Amino acid sequence: MNHEALQTYIAMVSIAAAGLTTALGAMGAALGESRIGAASMDAIARQPDEGATITRNLFVALAMVESTAIFCLVVGLILLFANPFVGGATG
Amino acid sequence: MNRVEVFADPVLLKLGPVPLTQTMVTTIAVSLAMVAFAAALRFGITRRPGKTLDILAGMAFEFLDRLVTDVVGRPSPRLTIFSGTLFFFIASCSIIGQLPGVRTPTANLATTSALAILVFLAVPAAGIYTKGVWGYIRHYFRPNPILFPLHVISELSRTLALSVRLFGNMMSGHLIVALLVALVGVLVPTPLMALDLLIGFLQAYIFAVLTTVYVGAAIRVGEE
Repeated sequence: MNHEALQTYIAMVSIAAAGLTTALGAMGAALGESRIGAASMDAIARQPDEGATITRNLFVALAMVESTAIFCLVVGLILLFANPFVGGATG
Repeated sequence: MNRVEVFADPVLLKLGPVPLTQTMVTTIAVSLAMVAFAAALRFGITRRPGKTLDILAGMAFEFLDRLVTDVVGRPSPRLTIFSGTLFFFIASCSIIGQLPGVRTPTANLATTSALAILVFLAVPAAGIYTKGVWGYIRHYFRPNPILFPLHVISELSRTLALSVRLFGNMMSGHLIVALLVALVGVLVPTPLMALDLLIGFLQAYIFAVLTTVYVGAAIRVGEE
């Protein structure tokens, strides 16, 4: 396989992998965040007095879970815009 | 091919061997604006008690102090200053990023890594300051010395998560606005810019809360 064809394949696979990475990462984080949201709503409905504390912990937990989606997004963006395998190989 | 600058940082001018990048310029501008604003608040507190600036400063400090007191369990003024500075710096960065042509300084991995490393260093510093060297180091071997590597890995990984989370959020908001400006241009990106600003404030709050949680846990080592 010559160099140009190899580069085309790498670009193709990178784009598909970036889409898959972001989609799967967002899916998992969305499921997790929905559970956190539902649980915190339940807790606030049971104990409205503790609403402020629950909301603060809710934000922290959401940020923790969301960071996995953000990691996937960053990996996807690296594949798209700063791919170490595109153009760097000697041809 | 149309390259989008996601990870690059354009160099504006070179001062001898030191390149002056866009992020450095905006960071210094944000810092100077914060210092000027803090000086104005100080003037308001000392010379004009009971007026707008005094009340504003009181509200801001009470908000941060309540946050830190709730998380740590007792008032800790030094931690309030540290977390509050981080909160206001990140929030100011996300405000300045809304100006046309200006890129949020926190949309650069170097800036967020620097902030996360500050937190990483503040954790043992606060622990040693309150509990002494041995009293702090001992908690790495609790409840069992086998857990020592896990403690170390958790400190490193949460520093990485702190920096990449802020970077990813700010940079993705910037990227979405840039894509929409390229597609439509007028008026359509505005709601997403508002969302970007909201996410910026939320991330600043989360960064401050997580800093307080991490440093507060180091302050309270061995108290439970």
